[in-house]
Amino acid sequence: MSTIFGIPAPALYGQILIGLINGSFYAMLSLGLAVIFGLLRVINFAHGAQYMLGAFAAYLLLNWLGIGYWPALILAPLIVGAVAVVIEKTMLSRLYGVDPLYGLLLTFGLALILEGAFRYWFGAAGQPYAPPQQLTGALNLGFMFLPIYRGWVVIASLVVCLGTWLLIEKTRLGAYLRAATENATLVQAFGVNVPLLLTLTYGLGAALAALAGVLAAPIYQVSPLMGSNLIIIVFAVVVVGGMGSILGAIVTGYVLGVLEGLTKVFYPEASSIVIFVIMAIVLLVRPAGLFGREE
Amino acid sequence: MAVGTQYLTEQPRLRTSSMVLGAIAVAALVAAPFFFYPVMLMSVLCFALFACAFNLLIGYVGLLSFGHAAFFGGAAYVTAHAAKVWGLEPLAAILLGVAGAAVMGAVIGFVAIRRQGIYFSMITLALSQMFAFICLQVPFTHGEDGIQGVPRGHLLGVVDLNQPLAMYYVTLAIFLFGFFAIWRIVNSPFGNILKAIRENERRAVSLGYRVDRYKLGAFVMSAALAGLAGGTKAIVFQFATLTDVQWQMSGEVILMTLLGGIGTLIGPIVGAGLVIALQNYLAASDFPVTVLIGIIFVICVLLFRRGIVGEVLELMRRRSKGAS
Repeated sequence: MSTIFGIPAPALYGQILIGLINGSFYAMLSLGLAVIFGLLRVINFAHGAQYMLGAFAAYLLLNWLGIGYWPALILAPLIVGAVAVVIEKTMLSRLYGVDPLYGLLLTFGLALILEGAFRYWFGAAGQPYAPPQQLTGALNLGFMFLPIYRGWVVIASLVVCLGTWLLIEKTRLGAYLRAATENATLVQAFGVNVPLLLTLTYGLGAALAALAGVLAAPIYQVSPLMGSNLIIIVFAVVVVGGMGSILGAIVTGYVLGVLEGLTKVFYPEASSIVIFVIMAIVLLVRPAGLFGREE
Repeated sequence: MAVGTQYLTEQPRLRTSSMVLGAIAVAALVAAPFFFYPVMLMSVLCFALFACAFNLLIGYVGLLSFGHAAFFGGAAYVTAHAAKVWGLEPLAAILLGVAGAAVMGAVIGFVAIRRQGIYFSMITLALSQMFAFICLQVPFTHGEDGIQGVPRGHLLGVVDLNQPLAMYYVTLAIFLFGFFAIWRIVNSPFGNILKAIRENERRAVSLGYRVDRYKLGAFVMSAALAGLAGGTKAIVFQFATLTDVQWQMSGEVILMTLLGGIGTLIGPIVGAGLVIALQNYLAASDFPVTVLIGIIFVICVLLFRRGIVGEVLELMRRRSKGAS
């Protein structure tokens, strides 16, 4: 058996794959956070809960209505996005103009409500969710076995990230969004409906989180607490990348996921803290983050 | 300069009345264990001190730390270990916990104050989560079990703290000491500079203050006082577990302060009392506590951001303005 730095090659590739998958979720979630923060100036603490809601929506669609994975991939983000639109309209929109810390506290409270309620109804244990039939099994790549579903998650997340980036950078709607990020008052004066834009942006961010949740459901179990542990890591990812750039959020997500996977191979004890250590180092060297601008 | 100082400190007219009120409150606290269950009172006192320490940062420097559980729980671990394994006298064990929290505060604060506002909150949250992961793995914290069966011991080798009343009065003395320390800090020239930073950081810089040093100083003090609360809690309840270092605990102390009133001296105490009472009340029912905490968060943020004490003070201010 071949080894690399004294580590069996399959173990190394396996951990890199796990790192890539975790990185896919970091990238999708930090992307949504960055889009929301860019326009609304709100750190969406409920992002982890919305990710969990997405996974639960898929699980409940299957168990209550018999709706499978592929429709759920569209329906769950729509449902969670709609919930987010209601939240933005009724609560978040009252907080524009006050200290942004209150947005963080409000979404923190919402996250506690959602997680507490789901734990009350479904218990803390995870529920299994089977991957769709077309994506079961594994591919022999020659140097390792790749479970097809995991390969699909990496590709799907890349497509989602790229699609979101194109939406923001290359479309008219994206141009409005970027303009409103720079100067909302001026954009409103040009006749763009900025409040609607804010609502849609929050809905879009939450829908992205829910989509990540559906993708995650067959890999991790569907549990009420799946989001809260992830969101803190994603915060660290966002601090490392800097909120300034969408592309920065995506790249940082994948890179940190892979680095975490590699740490699991070479020094497993540190794997749960490596991202936080990197965050601290980045802050000491480049406080604005790798892709951020000094404000 | 004199005008500025006068503007920032409390009005002298309020001083006598608040001293009378303070004396009544202390008398009530001394008499309280004869009317209420001492363990619950001690729990309120520990969390009230924790919330006051947290409020020193959010209320007077404008920094929202989302990681104060690290100092509270970290000090609890150090104190529990010192008292149980090294057999230290309880007060010495608590002081060691305070020192530990202060060192952690210096390290975490040094990294976190590089960013402001919302980033500061995210960084403190991430670093405290890192600390929680470390606590889960290092052997001396005993992982999921925590440190159980911490001896209360004899204060200075004389007073037996296994007596509930003795433990209560020691806890009360520690709480009053911590509260007095915060009051002194807030009303000192140092405290005035902190408030100046909160109001307008750039102007404070332009006046020649090294803002980062003041922020770090306040952060370490706040961490040390949170550690005082955590260490005392470890002696009172005789255990230190992972619950104390996790982000839910940081959220709870934010809620206590927000509910009572950010930036008011007694708000955090009111908030801590209410939240602890509510948790005790709900422990008997099967209604999920986190849901209720979340609901209170949402209501506070949407309807009364000044908190209970803050709203009352505002009402009094308006009334006295209307009268004059």
